[in-house]
Amino acid sequence: MALEVDIRRQLQGFMLDVSFSAQAGVTALLGASGSGKSMTLRCIAGVERPDEGRIALDGRVLFDSAAGIDLPPQKRRVGYLFQRYALFPNMTVLQNIGTGLSLERDRPLRRRKLEDLIGRFQLGGLEARYPRELSGGQMQRVALCRMLAAEPEAILLDEPFAALDSFLRWQLEREVRRTLSEFPGVALLVSHDRGEVYRMSGRVCVLAGGRSEPVEETGRLFDRPRTLQSALITGCKNVAAAEWIGPCTVSVPDWGVRLTCAEPDGRAVTHVGVRAHFIRPCAPDAENAVRCRVADVTDDVFSRVLTLLPDGGAATIRAELGKAESDGFAVGDEVTFSMPPDAVMLLGDAADGDAAQS
Amino acid sequence: MANLWEILKALDYSPLWISLKTGIVATVLCFFLGIWAARAVMRMGKRAKAVVDGLLTLPMVLPPTVAGFFLLLIFSLRRPVGTFLYATFSIKVVQSWLGCIVAAGVIAFPLMYRNARAAFEQVDIELLYAGRTLGMSERRIFWRVVLPSAGPGVVSGTILTFARALGEYGATSMLAGNIAGKTGTISQRIAMVIQNGDYATAGVWVAVILVISFAIVVLMNVFADRKLKNVRKW
Repeated sequence: MALEVDIRRQLQGFMLDVSFSAQAGVTALLGASGSGKSMTLRCIAGVERPDEGRIALDGRVLFDSAAGIDLPPQKRRVGYLFQRYALFPNMTVLQNIGTGLSLERDRPLRRRKLEDLIGRFQLGGLEARYPRELSGGQMQRVALCRMLAAEPEAILLDEPFAALDSFLRWQLEREVRRTLSEFPGVALLVSHDRGEVYRMSGRVCVLAGGRSEPVEETGRLFDRPRTLQSALITGCKNVAAAEWIGPCTVSVPDWGVRLTCAEPDGRAVTHVGVRAHFIRPCAPDAENAVRCRVADVTDDVFSRVLTLLPDGGAATIRAELGKAESDGFAVGDEVTFSMPPDAVMLLGDAADGDAAQS
Repeated sequence: MANLWEILKALDYSPLWISLKTGIVATVLCFFLGIWAARAVMRMGKRAKAVVDGLLTLPMVLPPTVAGFFLLLIFSLRRPVGTFLYATFSIKVVQSWLGCIVAAGVIAFPLMYRNARAAFEQVDIELLYAGRTLGMSERRIFWRVVLPSAGPGVVSGTILTFARALGEYGATSMLAGNIAGKTGTISQRIAMVIQNGDYATAGVWVAVILVISFAIVVLMNVFADRKLKNVRKW
């Protein structure tokens, strides 16, 4: 069970150049809006056409520009969950789900399959409703059910929760997670939401500026992003240019500091990143201590965000502290913060990270 | 009042049936041809689209007599196409009911084609994508998804096509002529009796066409409203 994708397509303003392979289970494509994630999914489903490249599912070639192969979407057996569900407005719930079974000629078998699906997705009683009479959650369930009715070998989910508010979102996410865990094939999830990706996927491929980075385990990507792009997309608030000056030490001119780091892996490093919630007030002689002036204090919902200007540095640093822990701080205070060696993430470019992995 | 009764009693009702028959047949033909043309044009490249769309829309913007001129140029029995059709299939378009249908159809066609195309272009492309990934054939997607979603536009296009075909005058008079009981439509009858100064009979026919047109438009509006309840409205 594997989906191999290696495609290029010219888009407005940039070149989409994506290459990855996904195994059974959930793989996420994580990237900012407009990074080409949805286009990648559409090319895999066959509703858009790459300029060149190759797409194969379990060894079955879906698209190969060199060999002149371009299977129509109807023959690819790839399911697609659309962002706004794309339920057919003129059909009832039952008819919508039935479209996924339109190839099933055996009528009694078709009816049995439909009944089974209705039961599995708890849509009993809604069969005769039209999409506009459904809640957001019900619409999503119908869309999932319709997609799986066609018995796809791989499924693609395009920002499935983007249109929902956060309370409903959590519930639906659980439902979708459960459905995905029962799906035996490759599931590809497109999202720009790092939390969603972290909770739902086992592996991640970061897409930045139209280019894909090597697929990584989700936990590892969030713990130890290897590139500037993946650090930013996983939500790292502090990044700055850096260079090695010792076996375990980098110099960060923008912050006016030298930082000791935990792993002396010696690979080429262009930047360092430190997540905002790992930066803590400390004694002046602590490891990786940075003397800063507080430039701004912003109350967030459950935390307080401090904007710090390091002595001898040019760029500000963001620290996120608990409310109790940060009670005394005011704009203009001189404080010492530390960036623990564990928390210093060394960032290079993707190709180099790839080499270091192998 | 007695006078009106006399007129109604003496009236030759053939123009009513001829106009209705012509309108219905022309509308049915335009319905399928218009939808087919709309799909075909939507699939064309930008340049070809502009040119072909222009050609298909011409009958709407030209005076009907100009369309009539071209139709005669094609179908006249003294011209190659007309001669060929008559000699080979015994099909005669000029001075025949077939001519009524062709003239009304050509003039009304752009209304069907343009309305259908505008309606199809409004359909969310994700619905088509969804149909394809679900394994539905392109034909099935069109008839089961695109057409119903484009319903209001297609229905209004059909209404306008029928109304236009029912009242066509210029091209019909040139191609089919005004043969009583054969090609004499209501609008031709009105022109004819007016020329004879018979305003009373003309008034009757005006009333007839007013009532029919209005009734059909209202009926179809009501029908469209009920049928398309499941499509979200503004």
